[in-house]
Amino acid sequence: MINDEATKEFLIESHEGLDQLDREFVALEQDPSARDRIATIFRTVHTIKGTSGFLGYSKLEALTHAGESLLVLLREGSLSLTPSMTSALLVLVDKVRQSLRSIEDHGRESDDAHADLLATLTALRSAPATEQLVAKADVKADKAPVKAENRVIQEPAPREPEVRPPAAVKNEPRAAPSPSVEPAASSSSAVSDGNVRVDVGLLDKLMNLVGELVLARNQILQFGAGNEELAFVGASQRLNLITTELQEQVMRTRMQPIGNVWTKLPRVVRDLAIACGKQVRVEMVGKTTELDRTIIEAIKDPLTHIVRNAVDHGVEMPDVRAAAGKPRTGTLTLRAYHEGGQVNIEIHDDGAGLNLDRIRAKAVERNLVTADRLERMTEYELMQLVFLPGFSTAAQVTNVSGRGVGMDVVKTNIERIGGSVDLSSRFGAGTTLKIRIPLTLAIVPALVVVSAGQRYAIPQTNLLELVRLEGEEARTSVEMVYGAPVFRLRGQLLPLVYLSRALGLGDVKGDSSGATDASLTVNIVVLQANEGQIGLVVDEVRDTEEIVVKPLGKELKGIQVFAGATIMGDGRVALILDVVGLAHHVGVDARSRERAASVRVALNSEAGVSAANRRQTLLLFRIRENATMAIPLSMVARIEEFPRDRLEKAGDSNVVQYRGEVLPLIDLSQRGAAGGALASSLIPIIVYSEGARSVGFIVDGILDVVEEVVVIERCTSQAGILGSVVVQGKVTDMLDVENVIRSQAPWFYQVAAA
Amino acid sequence: MSDDVPMPIRQLCTFAVDGLLFGVDVIHVQEVIRSQEMTPVPLAPKVISGLINLRGQIVTALDMRVRLGMAPRPDDQLPTNVVLRHAEGVLSLLVDEIGDVVEVDAAAFEVPPDTLPPSSRAIIDGVYKLKPQLLLLLNTDRAVRVEMHSELKRIDNG
Repeated sequence: MINDEATKEFLIESHEGLDQLDREFVALEQDPSARDRIATIFRTVHTIKGTSGFLGYSKLEALTHAGESLLVLLREGSLSLTPSMTSALLVLVDKVRQSLRSIEDHGRESDDAHADLLATLTALRSAPATEQLVAKADVKADKAPVKAENRVIQEPAPREPEVRPPAAVKNEPRAAPSPSVEPAASSSSAVSDGNVRVDVGLLDKLMNLVGELVLARNQILQFGAGNEELAFVGASQRLNLITTELQEQVMRTRMQPIGNVWTKLPRVVRDLAIACGKQVRVEMVGKTTELDRTIIEAIKDPLTHIVRNAVDHGVEMPDVRAAAGKPRTGTLTLRAYHEGGQVNIEIHDDGAGLNLDRIRAKAVERNLVTADRLERMTEYELMQLVFLPGFSTAAQVTNVSGRGVGMDVVKTNIERIGGSVDLSSRFGAGTTLKIRIPLTLAIVPALVVVSAGQRYAIPQTNLLELVRLEGEEARTSVEMVYGAPVFRLRGQLLPLVYLSRALGLGDVKGDSSGATDASLTVNIVVLQANEGQIGLVVDEVRDTEEIVVKPLGKELKGIQVFAGATIMGDGRVALILDVVGLAHHVGVDARSRERAASVRVALNSEAGVSAANRRQTLLLFRIRENATMAIPLSMVARIEEFPRDRLEKAGDSNVVQYRGEVLPLIDLSQRGAAGGALASSLIPIIVYSEGARSVGFIVDGILDVVEEVVVIERCTSQAGILGSVVVQGKVTDMLDVENVIRSQAPWFYQVAAA
Repeated sequence: MSDDVPMPIRQLCTFAVDGLLFGVDVIHVQEVIRSQEMTPVPLAPKVISGLINLRGQIVTALDMRVRLGMAPRPDDQLPTNVVLRHAEGVLSLLVDEIGDVVEVDAAAFEVPPDTLPPSSRAIIDGVYKLKPQLLLLLNTDRAVRVEMHSELKRIDNG
């Protein structure tokens, strides 16, 4: 819409300038005496004023002029910055942005003459210095910063809303700019001399060309391998090195520091904090961490949302913080770093943390999880509930957040680009959100599989694990449920999808259910598709490699099973599978599942991760006087204490009445030494549940909950003990729950089987 | 002069499909290359023969025999790629054999006979009555429009 080069340039420059202004203002507010910041702000505003005047945008010129006039006084030190001035100037920044947008969209300024703001700015210029105190108090009382302009007009008795500054000051700003701005302008142009603005399309083209070069290089290298000519071999090796380096460098041109997205956040936080009456400081670590520009674009909105959430829900009111012994000003820390070919972004607030009780209440109220399931959820599982659609713990709906559109959207958006979101929180101490995203979408690691003689690439972000069944196992492990093949993966049913069949390529090797071939193998690629898992059966699993993702032509866009195509090392094309599309295509659609089920699957995959890390949360308890034992906390439904006199006998075993039912008890402490176990009047009991049945373990004391790297060592043959683990430097026996129940209460599993 | 006024003399790139001679405007033709390794695309309309790697660019290849409703190409006969540029990118037409670039005169032009099968009629603009053989002028825009075509197919089948 804007054909005029000068205007286009003006818009780009001004937008950049305004982004910088946001940052400067917030910094300035914390250190109002920083003259150099005022000077920077002044220069930016002045530049916009100059150019808009030159291009004939008179309203914009008048607006920036008014701001400039105020800034001159601030820069000279004849006025000192007050919060109301900052607010007015920030409103100015917003208005300028609006005008720019209007110019961009309609080619002309909006009709708004900004009379209010002009009056405010003029009034502020003549405001007595004592206003500073008044304003400070006011800003705290008045929660909306935008209102500041109206209020100030009333306070120092407005004169006519004139645009012109008073005569006394008028000459100064006119005279001042020229000497001071000139050197500044030249110094800033010196910076931009080192940079060239390049069209993104050109970069993409470069990237494509480099991809071609890489392929040509590969072919040359193959020739070189069979060539005796030394000069040729030398040249091809040089070509090899240069191509690799060129590829890296061109990739880098598409990278941008994450600081570019963060720039806007301090302003967001500031405005929001004032609106909520909170005090929040933003800290940034790793601003220069680089990401592909497409990813930068994609995380912009989720990041803003998370930050708003953190300020609105996370950080407490100053008084509350003070009462809790924390500094009145909350800290929001943004941290970005590279790790294992991915970028991690952490957003941490030192606020109240998640209130698990409130989450529980909300989950039940919104009917997201059954009460039964809720009881057995671990802390971590409970926290993950906030990612469910329709979940919000904010007690009341503010204009900022709490409408129930939130974390689920954040999660979806991050996952769409192959990332993941993780949340951890400690009640009273704060919340950390960790986002893990790939460096780039253009080149992704992928698993190459073969089905019906063709290679297909599966992006590794979707990949959970590989299962290979051979011989006897291959014949018997795949079971049928109403004609749908399933596989039991660690006790969970995994729906199987035969890739060749899903692609309409018919039954091929290893595909028919009645296979009798002794050498039969079944390769299952376990994939995460939306909320559910599917097991993709392929003929062959090849290697993982980095692939360059290329789009398919328009004529193939309609096939949801493919995300794109790539060129393999041998120069042939391979299709990239879109796992979500594939699941949809074969009808394994997550949306049809219950929400609760989706949580469970998400949690299961998390359990898989923690198993891989072998970190477990253990509950430590004591039996007899000095024997410490451990049980994984995930197996503990709850811990109860019963007065001794409530224990009853049913047959030959102990029971207790528990929630209207009879809870059978197994006395762990009696094993070995009988007496003295029930001496105390309150008896701690660990409740273990499976399905609707529960059993309680009588112990002599609950000691602690610890998180440990669990490596179970079998150094005992004693029944009921799984092995030993080292917990906090001490050897601790691990309770073998299943075995104990089998020996002490065999009916528990018999009922289950029946 | 002939740049501004369309028609009187056109340069057509010719190729043979199942014994018939077809022509497309040379300005649409990016290049002609010999048979390439083809990656089939499952679930795609039948007319899409697969994907080829054209110097790092992935190009969809359309089988003109299928497009024109002709008998499938014998297995021992390798097709030739006629790579076309069109509004939405690059596409390859798989033809039996490539011919010369010929100059045709508007005087020899005639609209296609009504007796052509409908599948071909939609993509043939007309006929040039050339000396040894008739030359069928292909409408490239319509010839490469796959989505519509495949949809029709689906309706036919359903």
